Order: sequence, then structure tokens, then C-alpha cells
Amino acid sequence: MPLHTVSFLVENRPGVLFKVSNLFRRRGYNITSLTVGPVEGSPLSRMTVVVDAESRVLNQIVEQLDKMVDVVKVKRLDPIRTLSRELLLIKLKTSDPMARIEAVNTVNAYHGLILDVEPDILIAEVTGPTDEIDEFLRKIGPIGIEEMSRTGAAAIERGNLKLA
Amino acid sequence: MPEMTGAEAYVKALEKEGVEYIFGITGAAIIPICDELLKSKMRYVGGVHEQGSTHMADGYARVSGRPGVVQVTSGPGATNIVTGLATAQLDSSPIVALTGQVPLSMVGTDAFQEVDIIGITASVTKHNIQVMEAAEIPHAIKSAFYISSTGRKGAVLVDIPKDTQTNRAEMVFPDSVEFRGYHPSAEPNPQEIHWAATLLSKARRPVIIAGGGAVASGATAELLELAEMLQAPVAHSLMGKGAIPSNHPLSLGLCGMHGRVEANYVVPEADVLLVVGARFSDRTTGALSGFAPNARIIHIDVDRSEIDKNVDSITRIVGDAKLAIRGIHEKIAQQRTTGPRDEALVKRIAELRAQTSALSTDSPLSGPAVIKAIRRAMPPDSLVVTDVGQHQMWAAQHYDVRGPGEFFTSGGLGTMGWGTPAAIGAKAARPDLPVLNISGDGSFAMTENNLALAVDEGFPITVVILNNGVLGMVAQWQRLFYDRRYSTIKRPRHPDFAALAETYGATGVKAESTKDIEKAIRRSIKDKQTTVIDVPIDPEENVYPMIPPGMGLKDILLGGA
Repeated sequence: MPLHTVSFLVENRPGVLFKVSNLFRRRGYNITSLTVGPVEGSPLSRMTVVVDAESRVLNQIVEQLDKMVDVVKVKRLDPIRTLSRELLLIKLKTSDPMARIEAVNTVNAYHGLILDVEPDILIAEVTGPTDEIDEFLRKIGPIGIEEMSRTGAAAIERGNLKLA
Repeated sequence: MPEMTGAEAYVKALEKEGVEYIFGITGAAIIPICDELLKSKMRYVGGVHEQGSTHMADGYARVSGRPGVVQVTSGPGATNIVTGLATAQLDSSPIVALTGQVPLSMVGTDAFQEVDIIGITASVTKHNIQVMEAAEIPHAIKSAFYISSTGRKGAVLVDIPKDTQTNRAEMVFPDSVEFRGYHPSAEPNPQEIHWAATLLSKARRPVIIAGGGAVASGATAELLELAEMLQAPVAHSLMGKGAIPSNHPLSLGLCGMHGRVEANYVVPEADVLLVVGARFSDRTTGALSGFAPNARIIHIDVDRSEIDKNVDSITRIVGDAKLAIRGIHEKIAQQRTTGPRDEALVKRIAELRAQTSALSTDSPLSGPAVIKAIRRAMPPDSLVVTDVGQHQMWAAQHYDVRGPGEFFTSGGLGTMGWGTPAAIGAKAARPDLPVLNISGDGSFAMTENNLALAVDEGFPITVVILNNGVLGMVAQWQRLFYDRRYSTIKRPRHPDFAALAETYGATGVKAESTKDIEKAIRRSIKDKQTTVIDVPIDPEENVYPMIPPGMGLKDILLGGA
């Protein structure tokens, strides 16, 4: 099933994240990723959820979210007109000097940053669209991933298109 | 701004909403409020179990159209209302549940009688709110009434920690509340109405299905006018009973799993199907492939999320059903272009109706015969509620109504035990009308202790128990689909229900004929005396017609063999 990005504004109040995630659980919607953060200068938070759903379910996700009192505005983002990024922090095992060179080259190829270096360990940050992060992980995998942390997608539409 | 305690503000806020009755049970976490209620004219009806109190609030709400109020303590008091909340929520009945909670400082510590009722009820309420300080109480209560009674109505819960009840604050009582994320719009889109009118006016075989939304929006008069203009037969879901008078020539009756033959044969014939305030529940549609295979569907619903949830529609009108139907009617009347009709469709209704009545069993105390006897004994202006099971389906099929507001049942959740307390709530809403619960032995046993309230609180009701000594609907499935392998359907020993009624101070009657039933009902109504009428019925009797689970509307079992 295709991935879709839905962004929505919610009241920044205790319990709202629970109600949103409870809705997804209760109706069996598959969340691929979920990000939350407050909106500057507003009492609202913005949530972005990437879901794996066919069109009837996607439509239901939008409508069921919209029905919640704490959800102010919901929008299914048009994939063609949306910029989406996620952040990956990754810790690599690089005791082998060749592996270390390979790791640095791969991180650079994906415009990542080396954040920390220790004798056996290298920590990098990579930002990009989800599929690019996936691709990076496929390439870096053979080197040996010690630990990783992905944020899920933050997304915003191009031009004048706005959620609020 | 007056300064007062949270409990004082609570009472004032409820009074401002015009609350007549508070149903509930007290407890430690709600004592400050109960103390304050002593000063109020609102009537507190103390129950025997919180589930029953919630059903009373629900019955009151369905009959009065105004939110019913249930007030309970924290912990087990709160968890006991969950079934009642879900029942009300699934049938879009406006109830406001007010729960005491342990003091805020103890929330999250697993304190005595603490449960996370916000978490527990999130899936079975339209909205819920936990009060975080005393000053929030007026706004929270106003919000609960507003949200529960607007748009698609439903259950709203407010959880009130004990310290917020006793703390003092400057209180503001808003006359209205607004939410950035809640805009129940009722005004249908004219373009959508135009499309619907065009489709309907060109239809050869238009058919209407009315759901609970048609009744809730008060659209039934408009619906009937439209049906008559289009000569469109009208079927109804369980919740839509009353949308059209049962004896109207265009009435198809109940549609779906235990729907009438007329409905289940005619609905799939539609070329245009107008669905008004119904949500295409599996019990109404049967297998979707056989539901209305050739129909272009027009769906009217006040809840946008119901559109295309289960069945795709070609035209959808989001908004108040009454306004939508009136709009369609006006548009078609203006256009004056109804296409050629398939006259045979309406003629078939009468034929099918005659066929079905020929099938009905002659046994003197068959389910349908008991229901018809009840109808004969009940005056035209009266209210009937049901419990859940075989008796409920017989009632839905055979209890004729003249219009909306006469028949109430737990449709979506199918809550056994709903009937008796809901009847009490109904009586509280309309003390001038006789109220009767059509029940079964299994359902009645679940909440019979509420009879004490019917007697003591002066809410005389009549209960007719169709008593077959088994959980009949499950027995029927096991008979029909499990090769008569009966399992788990035996009831524990019943008390003698008539004698039980007497111990509560009600009248108990053992009926042996439909004459006995009618006589006892008439007497109960005349004497305003809560009466339980125990009617033995055959445990082998099935509810027919029936569509086997997973089959289409036309795969109908007629029984009668």
C-alpha cells in the first residue's frame, strides 16, 4: 500500500497525543511515523503522520481526525507539492579503518554531518526525505549499525499552501 | 465574578443547563458535590448500579431530546458506566457523564478508587475532559452539554478531581462556548442537494433507507412527503424505526439481518437509493455485494466521517437531514420532471407483505403474537423500549408505530439489560405517557434490580418478559448454523420473576395467554403500577426472516417450516 502524509493542528493540551494515537489504534490504521511539535506563537501543536493506507482508509483517517474536538485542522498533503524531511542519528562501529573511510564517504554522499568521533565509534546525522534515509541505511548497513534514532517525517507544503 | 467552590459552580452550571434529573450513585470522590446538591431543586435519582443509572440518563435523553445526566464516583463508579456510555455513543444519544476523581495531587499514584477514566472512555465518548482546577468547572460543564447535544449527538464525560470540587475560585459561567476544532455545521450544500434531486427525479426505482439520523433530526414528516412525491418505498434500520408509519403503503419495515421480506427484496432492486442518517451497519446491509448492487447511492449524514466509511455513495449531503430532505423536495417540485417509474416495485410491496404474514406461526404465544398483543394493549400515545435479543427483533418487526419517538432500543451496541433502566429514564422524561419494556429473561436478569427505583422513585413502568429460559438469539444461531450444538446458552436458575417483582413492591403477573398479557398491561397503565409480566415462550422458536451472517439481503431464510 502507498504511503501518505497527513498533517494536522491540535490543541496543545495534555492527553491530546493519547487521543490521537488511540484513534489510530482503535480503528486499525497503520502509522509508519508520527511527529509532534508546538507551533510558534500559537496554542497549537502540529502533528504529521505518515500512514500506510488505501484510499478509503486514508479518507477515513482524515475524517475521523477532523471529527475530534481537539483537532483543529487536518490536511492530506499532496506528495508532489510537499517537502518532507526526517532526521536520523546513527552510531556506527568503525574499528576497521577501511570501514571508517567508507562510513565517512557515505555520510558525506548523503550530505550528512559527522557529530562525534571516538576510536571505535562514529556518530552521524543525516537529514532527508524518508526514502533517502532508507537508502542511506541500506548502504551504511554492512558497516555495522550500533544504534540509531529516526524522528519520522516533518512535512510542509510548497508555495502559499498552508495548513492553518 | 462570584467566588465559590467548584461544587457550588458545578450545581449552578447544571442548573443553567436546565437539568431536571441527575441519575447516579454516590461515593467518596463526589461527596462535596452531593453535599451541594442538597441546596438544589434538581432531582437526584440514586440508583442500584452505575450501568443502570447511565441507561436511565440515556433513556431520558432519547425521549426528551435533551442531554441525560449521570453522576458517579471515581474508580468502580466510573468503570461501571462504560457500557452505558458506549451504548449511548453508538446510538448517538446525548448524555453527559460526570465522574468524581481522586484529588489531582493523587492522580497517577494508583490511589484508592483511582482509575484513568479519561483513557478508558476515550474510545466510547464523543469527547471527554478532565478538570484541572476549580475555575474550569463551569466551562467544562457547558462544553459537555454543547458537544453532546450538537452535530451528531453523543456521550461526553467530565472527570472532576475532588480538590477541584472543594477549592474556591472566581467563576465565569459562559453562555456559549467555542472550539477551534468543533464546528457542527448543519447547513447542507445546495449543489449536493441539486445533484441528489436530479438523481432521484430521474430514478425508475427509487428506494429510501431511513436511519436513526432521520428520526434524530426530526426529518420524518419531510421524509414522508418526499417518499410520497417520488412514490419511493421506505425501509428503515433498527434505529430508524418510526421514520415512517408502520402501516403506510410505502413502508417496507426493517431492513437487514432480521429485516422484513419486503425490505430485503425491494432494497436490492433500487436504481437510486437515498440513505438518510444511517451508517450502513453490517446488520442493515448484509453482505455488501448483495446490498444494492445496481443502485446509485445518495447518502445524507450529519457526520462527514460516515460518508464512504462502509459503502461508497455517488452523492453525499453532509448536514441536517431535515434541511437536506426539504431541499431535495423543493428542488424536485421545481423541476417537475420525474422520469418514468417502474410501477411494479410499489405493487410488489403489498404482495410480499401478504406472503410474509402467511408465514407467521399460529402458536398462541409465539414471539410475534406476544408483540402484537402488547401493541393492542398499549394506547396510541405511549413509549416502548426493548432489551436485546430475539424479543428485540420481534419487536422491531412487529411492533407497529405511527411515527418517531415511540420506540427506543439499544441498536449499535446491543446492550442486554438496557431496557428496564432506559424505561425508567423514559418515564422521567415523559411521566404523562405509559412506558413499557419488551424484554427477555436474559436481558431482564441483568438489570432487574432497577425495579426498586421504578417503585420507590415513582416511575411506574411495565415490563413484559418473553421468557424462554435460554439466551435465545445465540441458541438460534447454534440451531441454524452450528448443527444444533448448544453451548453456553443455558441460564442459571431464574428467580420467579413475578414473585421477584412483588418483593420490589411491584406487581408480578404470570401470563398464560395473549389475553392475560393485554389485561395485565392495561391494568398496569390504569393503576400506574410498575408491573412485570412473565410470558413463557418456546425456547425453540427462531426469529424469521433471517439473513445468515455474511450473506446478502436476498439470501433470506423464511423459516415457518
